[in-house]
Amino acid sequence: MSAEAAHPQVAGAEARRLADWVFRVRELGIVAAFALLMLVTAIIEPRFVTADSLRNLALNAAIFAILAAGQTLVIITRNVDLSVGSVLGLAAFMAGDLLSSHQSLPIPVVIVLGMLLGAACGALNGVLVTFGQVPALVVTLGTLYAFRGVAFLWTNGRQVNAETLPDSFLNLGTGSILGIPTLALIALVVVVVVGQALRDFRSGRELYAIGSNPEGARLAGVRSERRVFSAFLLSGALAGLAGVLFTARFGTVDATAGTGYELTVISATVVGGVAIFGGTGSVYGAALGALLLQTITSSLIVLKVDAFWQEAAIGALLLVAIAFDRLVGLRLDARLRRRSVRRAG
Amino acid sequence: MTSSSPYRRLLASVLVAALAVLAAACGETKNSSSSGSSSQSSSTASSSGAANAEAPIPKGLKTVSIPKQLGNPYEEFEHSGVTEALKELGGSNRIQGSTDAGASSQVPLINSIVQQKPSAIIIAGNDPNAVAPALKQAAQRGIKVVAMDSDVAPDARSVFVNQVTTKLVGQNQVESIAKQIGNKGQIAILSATANATNQNAWIKVMKDTLKQPKYKDIKLVKVAYGDDDDQKSFQQMQGLIQAYPNLKGVISPTTVGVAAAARYLSTSPEKGKVKLTGLGFPNQMRKFVDNGTVDEFQLWVPKDVGYLAGQAAAALVAGRITGKPGETFTAGRLGKYTIGPNSEIVLGPLTTFNKENIGKFDF
Amino acid sequence: MPADTKSVPPVPTPATAGADDAADASEREDAGRLRRAAGRWETLLLALFVVLLPVGQAISPQFLTSDSFTTGSLDFSEIALMALPLTLVVIAAEIDLSIASVLGLSSAAMAYLWNHGQPIEAIIPICIVLGGLCGAFNGLLVTRLGLPSLAVTIGTLALFRGLAFVVIGDDSVTDFPSVWTDRAFGNFAGTAVPNVIVLFAVLAVLFAVLLHFTPFGRSVYAIGANEEAAFFSGLRVKRIKLTLFVLSGAVAALAGVVISLRNSTAAANVGIGFELTVVTAVLLGGVSIFGGRGTIAGVVLALLLLGGIQKALLLSESISSYWIQIVTGVLLIGSVLGPNLVQRARAARAHSSRQRGVWPSRPAAQRNPPQEEKA
Repeated sequence: MSAEAAHPQVAGAEARRLADWVFRVRELGIVAAFALLMLVTAIIEPRFVTADSLRNLALNAAIFAILAAGQTLVIITRNVDLSVGSVLGLAAFMAGDLLSSHQSLPIPVVIVLGMLLGAACGALNGVLVTFGQVPALVVTLGTLYAFRGVAFLWTNGRQVNAETLPDSFLNLGTGSILGIPTLALIALVVVVVVGQALRDFRSGRELYAIGSNPEGARLAGVRSERRVFSAFLLSGALAGLAGVLFTARFGTVDATAGTGYELTVISATVVGGVAIFGGTGSVYGAALGALLLQTITSSLIVLKVDAFWQEAAIGALLLVAIAFDRLVGLRLDARLRRRSVRRAG
Repeated sequence: MTSSSPYRRLLASVLVAALAVLAAACGETKNSSSSGSSSQSSSTASSSGAANAEAPIPKGLKTVSIPKQLGNPYEEFEHSGVTEALKELGGSNRIQGSTDAGASSQVPLINSIVQQKPSAIIIAGNDPNAVAPALKQAAQRGIKVVAMDSDVAPDARSVFVNQVTTKLVGQNQVESIAKQIGNKGQIAILSATANATNQNAWIKVMKDTLKQPKYKDIKLVKVAYGDDDDQKSFQQMQGLIQAYPNLKGVISPTTVGVAAAARYLSTSPEKGKVKLTGLGFPNQMRKFVDNGTVDEFQLWVPKDVGYLAGQAAAALVAGRITGKPGETFTAGRLGKYTIGPNSEIVLGPLTTFNKENIGKFDF
Repeated sequence: MPADTKSVPPVPTPATAGADDAADASEREDAGRLRRAAGRWETLLLALFVVLLPVGQAISPQFLTSDSFTTGSLDFSEIALMALPLTLVVIAAEIDLSIASVLGLSSAAMAYLWNHGQPIEAIIPICIVLGGLCGAFNGLLVTRLGLPSLAVTIGTLALFRGLAFVVIGDDSVTDFPSVWTDRAFGNFAGTAVPNVIVLFAVLAVLFAVLLHFTPFGRSVYAIGANEEAAFFSGLRVKRIKLTLFVLSGAVAALAGVVISLRNSTAAANVGIGFELTVVTAVLLGGVSIFGGRGTIAGVVLALLLLGGIQKALLLSESISSYWIQIVTGVLLIGSVLGPNLVQRARAARAHSSRQRGVWPSRPAAQRNPPQEEKA
């Protein structure tokens, strides 16, 4: 962006305001799509919008929203984390196994342990990407396999049963506080905390810098390696949290928990406005993306559309989302260039 | 310069790779030149010679059992029965499976197992036809093939050990739900994967059973697929309830499906109003029977299925049976069994679990 | 800010300097280093494969038999077929994750056409064309709309698989004529080599020639190494990329036909998850994810290695099959990590920072978070 160099301060502020506007438009776009979908489905099948049904929706999306929050951090830095499904599976089984044999273990301890396990996995990813200089796609593809293999070895065909888990733990997954499902509240808290941290802390903003211009960020003094490592660490920790909550929700866990989740999470994140090439997007958008995708699935079921159309519909939606982002990106570029030229001239 | 080096490297790599391959190909060989003969006329079901019921069972029998999928507790439990049977007979069983339940995921396994020359293969098939060519190869090499739980193509196995007759499963499940909804109302089925042989066979029987006049007021509105995945089954159940407000009952003939469905129901307003039955593990379902979500469900003892299959395999190897309908043999602690039509051996009737008897079971 | 998806390489290399002569000379220098580097990797793979042979035999006495080769190569045949065009795609700095879904769609289409009375002879070409169309769809989204191929092919992975289910639902077709299923399952002229592997060998040679001995192939390398420079030097970048995606789709469809005949089962759920194994094989074969580097020979060796390892583990009576996953993951990461560590050690010893600027693999960029520029 050579024109920007001419008036960095002014152009920078302009750009940020513009970018913020784009963010908001993007997020509003998803909200609009979500509202439209709800409306159409509700008209055809009113039972879709009862309190019970909405509660189920929130529950279904909660775990994906948490995963999407972590994935956002990684994708913003121009990386990707394909191992989240396997990490979730590991953490889910560990939580279930632990609680089955030690029923009196306090729930917060289990959650922390799950997050630690996830963080360890994320740290491995982070080290390989930053200090090993192995591309994230390669690393997380490899750890997707490796972690899943470890999960199979560990579980050895066993399964955790809802029967053996303490009720207090299962309530976490199925209960509500003031009518809002506990899981959804937890997801909301996570999304808000991560989202605000990304926005308000300098380290968060540095993630954006790393993603949009790695060389520039480095020259500007950003400790890229440390930031990227942290992004992976957090992604892993959040996947671990999601794993523990998975066990709380479903009660029955075996080695295959979370298989295939990574593509759904990445789709949700991209649909939510986080560009796959880094530098843009927000955790809020990603969480909304997760909600939207889950709503489509539920909506198609309720509308009695052949289940087989679901996957095709989600694929099509993802393509529309990235095409839309591309168009917006081009417009934004053009606008920035025009403004810079105007300023220079 | 640029033209010779890639060429040389290419040539070198190709030569070495070819050498390696040749070395392998000239290794100890078992003829496989007649492979791919899936059109063999002689089926494995009718081997030569008559059965000799007194033939001794050789010691040190080695068998391999192939579940639908590794890491599936139902399968693990079932196959532990095969191991139990073989151990009792002085032999051993090894369980080898794939981590995914796709249609052709068992084929590479069977090929490798054939190379190890066990006495028999016991398999729960993910798809009846995908595994057939590989199994026929096995049979050609003298390995006995027993299908268990989920059948394969009849000409690819000697016998098929079925837990309950397909007909009984379908009928009993329909009866169970019909009883609970008063023979009237809408019902749905929550199945596993769309390809699974046993699921499709049972569903077909259920549909036929529903044609009977006494069930004329019951309407099957949907067959949903939960893919034996917990979350998917959960969501499918949720969807069924939302899509069909007048739904009265759900049959879920899969342990993963019925547990997920029960869990959904037990925290929803439809608990008690929508009846649920299916094939479930007592340990998993106990909680839901106790809290009133489920009145009754059914199953058999999976371990016994494996045990019977193991015994049948040993009997085949020894020559006590050849797989022809009508032959009989003794299957250890389970007693005497007769081979039925289509070379099928049936374990026994379904067990129905409810509040009264569920305390007695531990699996 | 939304960066231009067609990113300019962050480190100005002599190749972008603009001066023709300088560009040519350094290009050749790059190409030379390229080939030497590739040769080293292939040698390593070969060495690993040679080491695998006795190790595998130690794990199981049935490893070094013609049976192992026959069945082991059959198991990997579809993965191997799809790896060939994907090699070119990745060298061009793109990626195609939708290949397994095209395979599934092809299988579903096969079932559908069969149910509607079409003969196999007609079905096979139709399916391949269908695959080519799917590839064209990917290619157009990437070249005309400028969308990143990673995101596009994640989307089409879902879209094509979904369409496969829409086409055929839960049905499967299993009554293909034995003439064809025997061909797909059987061996070539009485040897221990399966027909499918002969098909693969022929295609491998064709792709090798295409990549290493034609201008088209050289263009692919150029595009992967530096797309802007390639464009400005007159290459029809978009047309070439589109061709690569079409090839990828067509071969994936062919693989779909092959696997359906081989297993006598055409259905929509065939091949789920294959794409990850194919990508693993390609990356393990020394093809750089950044583009511009890699050979068909390397990928073939990687396939042999992976197939051999899987076979050895399957034959083993004591090692659990779960280890296959772990070994695959470790190998994949090691294949990139190893050379990186070696290179760093070497650079540290040489105390030279000049070397870094010239390499097309952009080690300077690797100091920053690596880019997922699958644009």
